[in-house]
Amino acid sequence: MQDVELISPQLAILDEEPYYHAVGDEVPLYESAYRNRLPVLLKGPTGCGKTRFVEYMAWKLKRPLVTVACHDDLTAADLVGRYLIVGGQTVWMDGPLAAAVRAGAICYLDEVVEARKDTMVVIHPLADSRRVLPVEKRGELVHAPAEFMLVISYNPGYQSVLKELKQSTRQRFVAFEFDYPDAEIEAAIVSRETGIGRDVAAKLVKFAAMTRNLKGSGLDEGASTRLLVHAGKLIADGVTPVAACRAAIAQAVTDEPEMLAAVHEMSSSIF
Amino acid sequence: MTGDPAAIEVLLERWLEAEFTRHPVAPLAESIAALPRQQRDFALDWVKRTATVNVHVAHMVARHVPGMLAHMDPRTVEAWIMQAMDACDRDGLKAALEVLRDPQRFVRLGREHAAGAVFDDIAGILRSFVTGLAGRALRLEQGDATWTDGETLYLPPVVAEMESAADNFQLAKAMVTLLWAQTRFGTFRADIVAHCGRFPDPARAQRLFHTLETLRLEACIDRELPGLGREMRRMKVGTPGVLPAGRAGGTPNAAWLDYAERLAAPASTVEDTLSLLACAYADEPAVPPWQGQLFPEKVAELMAARIEREKMLLRVKLNTLLEERQQAPRDDAPAPEVELRALESEVMELPRFEMTIDAAPVPIPEDVRQLLTSIQLDLGEIPPEYLQPAGPGEYDPSLIQPEQKDPDDVWKGTYHEEGAVFFPEWDYGRQHYRKNWCVVREKDVAPVNDEFVAGVLRRYAGHARQLRRTFEAMRDADRRDKRQTEGDDVDFDALVESIAEHHAGMEWNDRVLTRLHRSERDIAALFLVDMSGSTQGWINEAERAALLLLCEAFEALGDRYAIYGFSGMTRKKCEIFRIKRFDEPYDDTVRGRISGVRPQDYTRMGFAIRHATELLCAVEAKTRLLITLSDGKPDDYHDNYRGKYGIEDTRRALLEATRAGIRPFCITLDQEARDYLPHLYGAARYTVVDDVAKLPYKVADIYRRLTL
Repeated sequence: MQDVELISPQLAILDEEPYYHAVGDEVPLYESAYRNRLPVLLKGPTGCGKTRFVEYMAWKLKRPLVTVACHDDLTAADLVGRYLIVGGQTVWMDGPLAAAVRAGAICYLDEVVEARKDTMVVIHPLADSRRVLPVEKRGELVHAPAEFMLVISYNPGYQSVLKELKQSTRQRFVAFEFDYPDAEIEAAIVSRETGIGRDVAAKLVKFAAMTRNLKGSGLDEGASTRLLVHAGKLIADGVTPVAACRAAIAQAVTDEPEMLAAVHEMSSSIF
Repeated sequence: MTGDPAAIEVLLERWLEAEFTRHPVAPLAESIAALPRQQRDFALDWVKRTATVNVHVAHMVARHVPGMLAHMDPRTVEAWIMQAMDACDRDGLKAALEVLRDPQRFVRLGREHAAGAVFDDIAGILRSFVTGLAGRALRLEQGDATWTDGETLYLPPVVAEMESAADNFQLAKAMVTLLWAQTRFGTFRADIVAHCGRFPDPARAQRLFHTLETLRLEACIDRELPGLGREMRRMKVGTPGVLPAGRAGGTPNAAWLDYAERLAAPASTVEDTLSLLACAYADEPAVPPWQGQLFPEKVAELMAARIEREKMLLRVKLNTLLEERQQAPRDDAPAPEVELRALESEVMELPRFEMTIDAAPVPIPEDVRQLLTSIQLDLGEIPPEYLQPAGPGEYDPSLIQPEQKDPDDVWKGTYHEEGAVFFPEWDYGRQHYRKNWCVVREKDVAPVNDEFVAGVLRRYAGHARQLRRTFEAMRDADRRDKRQTEGDDVDFDALVESIAEHHAGMEWNDRVLTRLHRSERDIAALFLVDMSGSTQGWINEAERAALLLLCEAFEALGDRYAIYGFSGMTRKKCEIFRIKRFDEPYDDTVRGRISGVRPQDYTRMGFAIRHATELLCAVEAKTRLLITLSDGKPDDYHDNYRGKYGIEDTRRALLEATRAGIRPFCITLDQEARDYLPHLYGAARYTVVDDVAKLPYKVADIYRRLTL
């Protein structure tokens, strides 16, 4: 098996600074975890800045970033790699996780609870002091260089009891808790990302706060910062605020007619 | 229905029982016949339906509806009739006739013709809207007027002061927001009654205070919710004579304009309103349509109780928090210092807090946060004595937890409805639900540890073994099948073997792939067992044995299941008996409960099916089954549940279940079942077990065939 060609995807370092507004001391904490070669777990509702934060830190630490969106069809082979036949030859193609390990990149597994449990145990040896990735099909043990870092994220508010992070997995990580930023910061972020004025952004944030009050009383989640950015972009493009809220926010968070009407009434009361 | 008065008269004579009541029917027939086709059908339909309740009621309906239809849309008229029906259900015939006697009292029309916003239609949306607004969690209920007591917002049954349905909805939204604003912006922080009492005419003073305060709150709403503020201004323009106007109406009164401007200052409070009351006392202007009414005494009453309760609650919760952090105050050590620091906030914004215990920051749990908000709304601040944690000996627990009344006290002479849940019932004659009709309670079956369980398992041992084998074969789970001819990944072990064998000269084996098999069996089943008195004897024993064997089979299968019994005597005492909940394991307690199942009272089925529907909807599963084990028709003591009424209500409940995505099925011992079960469950969704002794054998088997 030794002379089978190994193909590992090329990874690039981000050259443009991603916009990220720090909320607390998450940046130095992350840097400290990186220096100590500890893996990181980001907890928080959807659309509150977890992925953007990882992008920012990857840029700041000057490492390439590999992102994997997890889902329940994700197999270990999808992460680690598989044999393929290319031009009549058998080659080994590294999966994103193996590629990141070899290159000393940052590997970000987004929404990690969505993946099947048997797939998740692949990351266990990487997430403890061993920092190795076993590639059984090649009979290889890939040792992670010092620059490698593993980051996972998940949304703990997700209803289904069946989808929880096992203790054996979660206790290997340093955990950060993310939430929607304070009103002024959120308005600043929305304004910066979309180009709309601060007053309109502040109204969008107020609208989002109203929908977040509905969490548990008809909505699974209130509007995320990401949805506000979507709405803001539509508004910047000339769509009326109420229509933008309806399309970008209301329809995205619920399908129930009564709840849709209520959310619509909220947006039309603010704008 | 043709517009022929004579034909209509014949119908009315029959429905209104004219020969007994002597009501003159001819003029009613004339006015109904004169209506356009759709309205005529509407009127006749409702006369017929209400006639099943009472002929006097139907007569009133026939008399008023034609006139009402000239001024209101049919939905509003319908709401008026429903109001009467609800009054009848709650308080009897006289209350219903009161409502019907005077349609004008029911709905204040602001226009010649209006399409009203009916409370039942808009309550859901408005409730969510109010939840979205910040502050104390407020309820929304239907009342006789538009007002709030600080904890509940009340709206009238129909809002019809504007012309179109959309405008009336906006008006209702404005009403609700104004009521919310009263709590949010501190209207009740002042002693309104005392202040107004100083004037020669306290009632007038209170009205004027209300009008002034509404001006202040309108400005607050305009700042918080500019879109709604704009709507409200538009509606004011469309409503002539409204403030700010003098008594003459129409012309803006300079003094009131001035008051409005002063109260519109961002930092103004209820004290500013009160200070203007003396000057404003002279004039009484027209009020905007959303003003509603003020009942400060009722507010004060609730507020006093709430302040007491919340002070205690906060202190208790702080104590709990300290205990969790092992910092609970002890006799020998000084108590830890709890401090709250209000974070900077804009004027009129409710400040958020940071809490420290002995100067170390502590996250504030959600329930404590809500409590702090509520206290702030009442008092404007958190007084320092509220931050002293209260240990167990220091407070009166009954303040916080209302006395729990024992459900078994009912029928011991003290009837009460506490701790019970209300379910509606379908009246097929009226073609409408009777609201809050059945008083339902959930109880546990007391486990009985006797020889029954062991006896059954012994007697049916062979059958149980067979069941377990059969059900185990039905199990399904996610797995990876190896050595497949088709699949998504390579089975290396099989591949290596194939290559080696091929090398050795044997034929190439193409089973070298693996395939992911996904489990598709995702079932939750709820068994509803008839525990009526008619199951006494053999049937009860057979039912219990069947349940035991069912549980044994389910343990081998892995589907989620629950078992509940039901029984009742009249609508006021409907009971659901928990034998096994979904999340409960099948253990000795459950076995004991099955053994403890005893015949109770009657078979009022509707509420049981509705309750089971709620339980099933709370479980996540692709397939949800509701399987009823019954021995006969729906029946109840004394009232008309026996007969068509009960069957129709049961059928309606089953339709509701089907609409909720549940599949109902019935296993019955009643040999006459073929007369009524097809009507209830549908032709293919029931099965009759003709011999009681066979029931234990059949139930599990029926389930198996249902879910293959």
